[in-house]
Amino acid sequence: MTHSFGKPLTRNEDPRLLRGEALFVDDVELPGLLHVAFLRSPHAHARLLSVDLTAARARSGVIAAYAAEDLGDYWKPGPLLVPPPPVPGMVFHQCCQVPLVKDKARHVGEPVAMVVAESRYIAEDALADIVVEWEVLDAVGDLEAALQPGSPLVHDHLGVNVAARVHQHRGDYTAAAKAAALVVKRRFTYDRGASIPMETRGVVAQWDPRADRLTVWDTTQAPVVIRNGLAAMLGLSERQVRVVAPNIGGGFGPKMMMFYPEEVLVPWAAMRLGRPVKWIEDRLEHFFATTHERSQIHDAEIALDASGRILGVKDVFLHDNGAYDPYGLTLPLNSQCTLLGCYLVPAYDSVFTAVFTNRTLVTPYRGAGRQHGVFVMERLLDIAARELGLDRNEIRRRNFIPADAFPYDQGVIYQDFSRLSYDSGNYAPILEKALDAIGYDRFVQETQPKARAEGRALGIGVVCYVEGTGIGPYEGAKIQVQGSGKVSLATGIGSQGQGHATAFAQVVAEQLGVDIRDVEVTTGDTDQFYWGVGTFASRGAVVAGSATHEAAKVVRQKILKTAARHFECAEEDLVLADGKVHVVGVPDHSITLGALAGLANPMRGAVTPGTEPGLEATSYFGPAGGATASGAHAMIVEVDPLTLRPTILDYVVVHDCGTVINPLILAGQIQGGVAQGIGNAFFEQLHWDEQGQLMNASLADYLLPTALDVPRMRLDHTVTPSPLNPLGVKGAGEAGAIPVGALFAQALEDALDLPAKGIEILEMPLSPSRLWEITNGG
Amino acid sequence: MKVRVTVNGVAHEREVEPRLLLSDFLRHEIGLTGTHVGCEHGVCGACTILWDGEPARACLAFAVQAEGHDIRTVESLAPAPGQLNALQQAFQDSHALQCGYCTPGILMTMTAFLAENPKPSEEEVRHALSGNLCRCTGYQHIVDAVLLAAERGA
Repeated sequence: MTHSFGKPLTRNEDPRLLRGEALFVDDVELPGLLHVAFLRSPHAHARLLSVDLTAARARSGVIAAYAAEDLGDYWKPGPLLVPPPPVPGMVFHQCCQVPLVKDKARHVGEPVAMVVAESRYIAEDALADIVVEWEVLDAVGDLEAALQPGSPLVHDHLGVNVAARVHQHRGDYTAAAKAAALVVKRRFTYDRGASIPMETRGVVAQWDPRADRLTVWDTTQAPVVIRNGLAAMLGLSERQVRVVAPNIGGGFGPKMMMFYPEEVLVPWAAMRLGRPVKWIEDRLEHFFATTHERSQIHDAEIALDASGRILGVKDVFLHDNGAYDPYGLTLPLNSQCTLLGCYLVPAYDSVFTAVFTNRTLVTPYRGAGRQHGVFVMERLLDIAARELGLDRNEIRRRNFIPADAFPYDQGVIYQDFSRLSYDSGNYAPILEKALDAIGYDRFVQETQPKARAEGRALGIGVVCYVEGTGIGPYEGAKIQVQGSGKVSLATGIGSQGQGHATAFAQVVAEQLGVDIRDVEVTTGDTDQFYWGVGTFASRGAVVAGSATHEAAKVVRQKILKTAARHFECAEEDLVLADGKVHVVGVPDHSITLGALAGLANPMRGAVTPGTEPGLEATSYFGPAGGATASGAHAMIVEVDPLTLRPTILDYVVVHDCGTVINPLILAGQIQGGVAQGIGNAFFEQLHWDEQGQLMNASLADYLLPTALDVPRMRLDHTVTPSPLNPLGVKGAGEAGAIPVGALFAQALEDALDLPAKGIEILEMPLSPSRLWEITNGG
Repeated sequence: MKVRVTVNGVAHEREVEPRLLLSDFLRHEIGLTGTHVGCEHGVCGACTILWDGEPARACLAFAVQAEGHDIRTVESLAPAPGQLNALQQAFQDSHALQCGYCTPGILMTMTAFLAENPKPSEEEVRHALSGNLCRCTGYQHIVDAVLLAAERGA
């Protein structure tokens, strides 16, 4: 048998996608399908005085139109997905999003009315028939302005715009700063961006009165959670609701939000109208109505001794929540925890204030606040190294958590509410590999001086990071040997391009000795697997992968037991390979898995007590804590001195995500993450005016990196298995994106020799024009 | 309005509203949902089809404008049901897709590109690809796939 685990196998899911046969939500066509368009608030902050739907309802082809009052008792603020962390003294004000605006709109794009019509074209026509009276209020978007007395209030009843405040600390920072040879203090800002999956969001719902069941196709990363929530909201049992997340055209976090208003309203309308209903977000809506990420302001300081050893770090930061906070504090907690990075930080004092603003909601997007922490810490180390006259890599080496210190307790509470403890890691070899690969010494000693002499601005950057991955609570997997001899696997998480149908098949194949093409994986269909949480926090391979492994081990035992009975031999004498079982030394005399599945499900005789029919098992896996992946990125960049446009000449990623299931898929995850990181660092920024209007809500104005902007990357790995799961794996989904801002800042400073001019890059994202302002004293 | 258009070699005649987008016509009128819609303003390239052999954005044309024209979509690429053509195979072999949403548009753009330039350089591939956005892959494996297809004589 050839092993498939750990091999760079091509993907099971590709042929259907390549032929255009795969089902995405907008591909669902049903008889009698109705289409929805939403009227959205044109104002960032405005009191809703009246909504008149009379003309819209009268339009030919319109079936129904609803405003908040038409929803009756169904109108409720959404659930709080993640409660606040158990940190003493914590403040948290829960203000969740509503299905349709009732009292006032709190961000541009908030839905106000819903039109259901025979076509999307007619539904959009009818939006123009709706008459809305608004009392426009002053909006607040700036984080610091929002905290000033007299600021417009996003939620009047709170009396402030503070959504939360969390203070975490270990050691005594004040004493550390007193004892320090150097204290570096800076302000760092990181502005908003958006995830922009190529497929926007969408929901299709169908109520079947004969089956007494609701089916919902949803572009969600968490179909099980959506199923449970919809059942509760609609007064149904969970078994009456089937949620399918079919092929999803990219998620990156924002499709993990539960519940978007449209997700609440489309199924309700389908039940009420007795006809299937579809809503597909258009790209303009997506910019306003799908969640964003990233705005934070950090006032951070680091205290070091004369040799560059960190004595302590202090950070006070503001986090932009947008208008509502259903996702709790996952993002700022990630920033707070990830700031500690790969380093020994004896004293840490961090307090954040999450702020309500009149802007689109903020929820996790690839990296999920981690990049902010990495940006602050890596920048502080760069600046400290300069001030101490140390090499930037040396200051990192001197502060790495040593390889023998794991598991390493960071002494703060993480996003999963457990104490942040790094399970395993070995950071120094990662940095050395990255330096070797990028040719650091040669660049610094030869290439850069030569380039500078020629008037070329070449710079190098090298940064390190950790990524908390694979958090609980749990996922499950059900494996069945089919009569066809193929093996089915179902799990509750959804897939948005991660290659689960291949990676999980490799985990199954390793135990069951089948070809991965014979493993049929279903993800994200609540009728196929009942339990689960979702695809987020780089946890699919770790948590669902481990559950798959456990289930496969049980099925393997059942196969061997059934075969042993068949061959009348001991299980130890059997070989399970290539979809068949044979007795050792007698390969010609074998029985297929399909035949064994038949034997395990007899038509006569008895299934003995304590056994079950079929070759089937369901297992669950809940890790004790997250698995901490790590890595280093290195880049050589050339900046055009006239246009300040950077060109990346070389890019190296050295990454440690424990045991690798499929190196080809892993490479894709890393490369895609870096591409998004490059976008976040240099192309993508949401621009707002003072009234809270988003000024660049189109792909012509909000620039994603193209094939000309993303360089060829060179990847290398180290392997420090996680002790927290049976496969030894760690997540890898976000690693590519996390350190890129810090890397750009360092490399651009170096290329333009900014420190020599007393200029530092302390903000993200950049653009050629912003870089020009910074380099010219702006 | 009546529109007569040939899609993947099959003649279709439909009564449509003049404002119906070609992308909606292909997807929802004749059920060819392989053509994806990513932005509806002509930037992302997910809806790229071949219009008389030339790549075009299906979201930027009305169905009625396709009157009398020959349209090809991603569904036309595979030589037979269940198979892949050489470019599609190269995409699988190179792991050139993740979520696969942008892929049909990229395949159509690259089909026209390789017909015009069967032995492109990496730089040429990147230029040709730069009108199609992919948010998952970072493009590297897509570039590899196109070069592999060219090498195999696709």
